[in-house]
Amino acid sequence: MKNLSYLICMLFGLGITLSSCNNQSQKSNGALASSAAEKVYVAPGEQDDYYAFLSGGYSGNLTVYGLPSGRMFKEIPVFSQFPTSGYGYSEETKPMLNTSFGFVPWDDLHHPDISQTNGELDGRWIFVNGNNTPRIARVSLSTFETEEIIEVPNSAGNHSSSFITENTEYVVAGTRFSVPVPQRDMSINEYKGNFKGALSFISVAPDTGRMNLEFQILMPGFNYDLSHPGRGKSHGWFFFSTYNTEEANSLLEVMASQNDKDFIAAVNWQKIEEYVKNGGGTKMPANYAHNVYDEHTHTGTSTMIKEVVTVDPTNVPGALYFLPTPKSPHGCDVDPTGSYIIGSGKLSADITVHSFDKMIAAIEGEKFDGEAYGIPILKFEEVLAGTVKSGGLGPLHTEFDGKGNAYTTFFISSEVVKWQVGSWEVVDRKPTYYSVGHLMIPGGNSRKPFGKYVVAMNKITKDRYLPTGPEMEHSAQIYDISGEKMELIYDFPTHGEPHYAAGCPADLLTANSKKIYRLDENKHEYATLTADDARVERKGNEVHIYMSTIRSHFTPDNIEGIKVGDKVYFHITNHEQDFDVPHGFSMIGQGTSEILVMPGQTKTSLWEPKKVGVWPFYCTDFCSALHQEMQGYVRVSPANSNIDISYSLGE
Amino acid sequence: MKKASILMIIGPLFLLGLYVFPLWNIMLGAPQYPEPLGMNIFIDGIKGVSEFDIQNIDGLNHYIGMRTLPKPEDMWEFSTFPTIIGGMIALGVLIGLLGYFKVFNYKWFIGWFILMSILGVLGMYDFNAWMVDYGTNLDPNAIMKLTNPDGTPMSYKPPLLGHTKMLNFDVTSLPSTGAWMMFTGMLLTVVAFFVGKKAWQPKSNTFSTKPIKVKANDK
Repeated sequence: MKNLSYLICMLFGLGITLSSCNNQSQKSNGALASSAAEKVYVAPGEQDDYYAFLSGGYSGNLTVYGLPSGRMFKEIPVFSQFPTSGYGYSEETKPMLNTSFGFVPWDDLHHPDISQTNGELDGRWIFVNGNNTPRIARVSLSTFETEEIIEVPNSAGNHSSSFITENTEYVVAGTRFSVPVPQRDMSINEYKGNFKGALSFISVAPDTGRMNLEFQILMPGFNYDLSHPGRGKSHGWFFFSTYNTEEANSLLEVMASQNDKDFIAAVNWQKIEEYVKNGGGTKMPANYAHNVYDEHTHTGTSTMIKEVVTVDPTNVPGALYFLPTPKSPHGCDVDPTGSYIIGSGKLSADITVHSFDKMIAAIEGEKFDGEAYGIPILKFEEVLAGTVKSGGLGPLHTEFDGKGNAYTTFFISSEVVKWQVGSWEVVDRKPTYYSVGHLMIPGGNSRKPFGKYVVAMNKITKDRYLPTGPEMEHSAQIYDISGEKMELIYDFPTHGEPHYAAGCPADLLTANSKKIYRLDENKHEYATLTADDARVERKGNEVHIYMSTIRSHFTPDNIEGIKVGDKVYFHITNHEQDFDVPHGFSMIGQGTSEILVMPGQTKTSLWEPKKVGVWPFYCTDFCSALHQEMQGYVRVSPANSNIDISYSLGE
Repeated sequence: MKKASILMIIGPLFLLGLYVFPLWNIMLGAPQYPEPLGMNIFIDGIKGVSEFDIQNIDGLNHYIGMRTLPKPEDMWEFSTFPTIIGGMIALGVLIGLLGYFKVFNYKWFIGWFILMSILGVLGMYDFNAWMVDYGTNLDPNAIMKLTNPDGTPMSYKPPLLGHTKMLNFDVTSLPSTGAWMMFTGMLLTVVAFFVGKKAWQPKSNTFSTKPIKVKANDK
């Protein structure tokens, strides 16, 4: 019996070996990689270690890069029409760009922030703000598509946005411009004391990510520039930098630079949340768009919301304090422990660091230095943790490496300065090319930064690349920050004008990145789920073409019975269920862009034929060896003709 | 003989794996398919290694005029094989039990193995015949009609065993877990035969011409 059991054990052992030989062993990194080239070189076929999501600024879109290679992978259309995919042109995505001003096909996208759980990046969504026509968008990090856009009423220049609290309870949007609330016809020079600055708290549903504007705090008429959440011990607070506490309404570059100190506003949002939950606040008439794109219907819908809850902060004692901060602070950053709030006075050489603990003590000890519009101003000395004597000029933004160091950009002296949190000593400085704005360390504004690289995003390019006329892309530099000294390792052009960026380890997203949409989950109203369902239907002067695509033909591909003056909707369903096999569609003379239809997806392209004739359409994406054959014809007859609808394939 | 009989009972039970695991696996890799397409051939049908592989293989095959891959109802084999395998498992276990109770001798064990081997070879022959038909019986209106250098139409028959280059695809065909379990089970019945043979004590002396060494630790 003993021999028998050995035999069986051996056989089972063999079985396990056979079934487990698929696991590839991890490749090791070279131990002595030293040159900059080796540090950024990602060999063909290999992949980057980090994702970087760079805002596109005035492109209105979000770009996806790899670190350390600096290679761009995708441009995600958010606030701008994007003919490459048909975003904002297709019937399904037009509602995404609806606002209370009507269809606004562009915006200025500034500050991406990845969703967090317990203060750490969780990789579910990335939030971005539209600065010009105030909007917040949520982009899925499994489809890398815009899923939701909410307009922010009573706001103008949505700049201190779109930063999230450490469990993604809220995405926060502060106004840069103060405006009359509600908007009304009044003299501009009555600004002072009359205009308001709205700080908006938009809740995020934990399961769906669905956004809802819960309340707006109506602040004094300053400019709310940037913001960041408290984390760890300071969770529950939000900090906003301000400028123009002078409340000037003209020639701000002079008039708003008179006060020696402006403020960082500390908002105890948990107190206000509780106040609103208990019925506090004022319901105010409003009109703002909430646009939602459904991954299964592949369709966006726009709903106008007519009411918003506003809160006068002076009605919520203990909810708001001002921290005096020198020289028109721009960046307002919180270190990974949540202990320090860094205010970068952009007209100064120094960086001001406030202590959260000291702030709490000052509040408890009522160490006030007067008040502004009923909001207590804390004594500067009572909240100050330290000053970084940088030797640079024009500090803007700070990120953290999780090892006790902070990195601040200096626009005027064009450099990144590394300093120690706590000792406030400068450790290192490196020039940037040229005039850096934001910088980004993956997770650098969370409890857990990944302090290997910092990306500096510059405002001025000049001679960094081959000349391309007066207009050129902006430049960015990557520094290795794993050692004591920063090392410049790469320089690459970026698209649009990146402001802030967000990054995360690649493996946080790669497993969840969708390859296809499932055809059996396609719930589009006009989907053509099997080629047998392909058809053409006329409803008055509207013609709906239910069309399917598979390598390498459209079904149907010959259509007759269309008349001049018809509105022809091509509802195209891509029947492929294979990774990276989109089909495109375009029609001659069509006053819109092509559409690019992903596997399993349905998209609709509107064509209003104006000329009699036989007009071709074709697939715009080189889908297969017979891509050139993927084409068809539509016969357009005069408006008064009586040719019946007919359609065919292969006849 | 008890030890041999137990092996004879366990051996055929390994064939139960064929109801859970694929018998054969064919993988198709190409430059544009870094994650290869693949099909797992079970005794009751063909499934994709990834969910949409069958659809995608069919999609590619339509260019060269191959028919779509058969569904379970398209081939009699997929309903017959499970019955035959079930019968053979029952028969094997029965032989083992009868051996245990000394009704049958060890020669029955090799008998089962031979029968199973014949059925296996027939199955392989049938499988290969299907692949020949599938790979050569092409649509005369195929989009791409490719010929060998000698002018004969190109065949797309996958290899029964091993690797071949087919246009841009590397095709690899190998036994899968189910087949390995079957081979293991069949091997056990051969072991059972030899163990049984060694342990065999003839009832009469006339039966034996030579003295046989007997291991007595099995009573």
